[in-house]
Amino acid sequence: MSTTAELMVNNLSVQFGGLKAVDQVSFALQPQSLAGLIGPNGAGKTTVFNALTGLCPVTGGEISFNSERLTNEPPHAIARCGIARTFQNIRLFKNLTVLDNLRIAYHKNRQYSLLCGLFRSPRFRREEAQITAKAKDVLALVDLADKADHLAGSLPYGEQRRVEIARALMLDPKLLLLDEPAAGMNPQETTALLELIRRLRDELQITILLIEHDMKLVMNLCEKLFVLDYGHLIATGDPKSIQSNRRVVEAYLGGNLA
Amino acid sequence: MKNKLSILLTAVILLLIYTGVRLMESGGVLLPYHVQILSLCCINVILVVSLNLINGFTGQFSIGHAGFFAIGAYLSAYLTVKLQVPFVPALICGGILAGITGLAVGLPALRLRGDYLAIATLGFGEIIRVIILNTNAVGGARGFSGIPKYTTFGLAYLTAIITVVAIRNFVSSDYGRACLAVREDEIAAASLGVNSTYFKVLAFSLGAFFAGTAGALFSHYLQYMAPTPSQIGFLKSIDILIMLVLGGLGSITGSIVAAVVLTVLPEFLRGFAEYRMVIYPILLIAVMIYRPAGLLAGREFSLDSLLNLFKGARTRVDHS
Ligand SMILES: Nc1ncnc2c1ncn2[C@@H]1O[C@H](COP(=O)(O)OP(=O)(O)O)[C@@H](O)[C@H]1O
Ligand SMILES: [Mg+2]
Repeated sequence: MSTTAELMVNNLSVQFGGLKAVDQVSFALQPQSLAGLIGPNGAGKTTVFNALTGLCPVTGGEISFNSERLTNEPPHAIARCGIARTFQNIRLFKNLTVLDNLRIAYHKNRQYSLLCGLFRSPRFRREEAQITAKAKDVLALVDLADKADHLAGSLPYGEQRRVEIARALMLDPKLLLLDEPAAGMNPQETTALLELIRRLRDELQITILLIEHDMKLVMNLCEKLFVLDYGHLIATGDPKSIQSNRRVVEAYLGGNLA
Repeated sequence: MKNKLSILLTAVILLLIYTGVRLMESGGVLLPYHVQILSLCCINVILVVSLNLINGFTGQFSIGHAGFFAIGAYLSAYLTVKLQVPFVPALICGGILAGITGLAVGLPALRLRGDYLAIATLGFGEIIRVIILNTNAVGGARGFSGIPKYTTFGLAYLTAIITVVAIRNFVSSDYGRACLAVREDEIAAASLGVNSTYFKVLAFSLGAFFAGTAGALFSHYLQYMAPTPSQIGFLKSIDILIMLVLGGLGSITGSIVAAVVLTVLPEFLRGFAEYRMVIYPILLIAVMIYRPAGLLAGREFSLDSLLNLFKGARTRVDHS
């Protein structure tokens, strides 16, 4: 195959009643790229993620991933295609242990049948052992190996964000969408997160698209940025060109871009 | 190793209970009436544990469990009485028809949430009852009498054990984890590749299947079925629900304890006939005040933890 983009978004629109939350947005992501989606509050960033993952209806345009059309597919089918995400308002299974949060996310790779599960066949036992081992490996990757047996809801905010990333990684995604991963983290945690995201992209060779308000993190981390404002894509480019883009600076009201 | 040991120990204890009951029965310590109540305990354990799969583990609030119970009770009785089918195949048929009905009802009904689902399942249960009430082949409003007494304590006990083991294995597999995920956060579950409709319907029809087998055991235990609200209607559904909530949603051992206690308790209270309907609710209210999440509050009582307690070891019980 030629070096086509992995994710293609063409004239994507999402309308809630009279509000055009996302209006004719087009962008593409290359395999193994690390990109950022930025813009003021209410610009429609989370809505773009929701449209990509099937969590809100797309009212116009097309989404394709590795040449497969994903527009308005149900979320579980999209997850099976290799797109995983985290949520701005963390959505962990708070009453379950960290390990169980991760084990649940192995779901799409599970091979054994219902009968194997009901009778605890040798195959079931073998695969369950693999699932637990994999969950522990992924936890170690985000430095939370010692928190496996804690209830997810009992962890501090920053750790919950990392558990959510780990849970998404259990899907073996090709594309990882992170919605404000640094929100609620202190500066040390943010620095560690920056290194983690970079390491994930390099070691797992996945594509990462993240929404983030911490401009230092975005400018340091991302190779390409997409800027949304009132549902419109107002700029696309590398961090340097975005920083000096007049429309972007205006959108942020001469804000904290520097 | 520890796992094997606790499975062995559980099996030994279960066998001891069975032989104990049998010995006391032949020794005259337990009267046939007592053994009857023990059979009823087993039937109720099946009902409560299977409802726990739907309401507790998958978080879909159903109050129509008696409908599936009725389907199993009547179909199996029809098969053994009218068609002379042996009991065990008739019992399995009762379960299967209940399971299929669960599938047919679950597909549209499980799109509803919370209160709406509760009302839809309540309506379903009453529809089943009204259908039975108007079906002459199963006695209609007169009731279905002359059912052979095929249900023995041993059979009820064995079916209850099979149900508990199957549901426990289900919830600790990937299938059960998917159900838990749907209960905890449907949106997050979907984003992880879990088809929530599929798992709601799966849990619903699996629970319905076991309720159907409980029905088959019940009709061949009582030998007479009456299409009344308290036997196969909403009052029966509420009875099962009370046992479930008392034991704690999401705890299998809690369901077992509550089913047994709430089956035996009314029999004990028979002596205080006129106070019975006062004492029973007061006990329920007391439990709900002091243990609002149920007796076991979503936790499981396990031999492993008991063994650890004996050894003084405070290690965590691992999953596999
Ligand atoms: N489910 C929804 N229904 C109605 N309006 C919505 C919904 N989701 C988001 N919006 C609106 O769409 C706009 C964009 O929201 P969002 O994508 O969350 O912004 P951002 O993530 O960039 O801060 C906001 O005005 C928000 O109120
Ligand atoms: Mg947002």
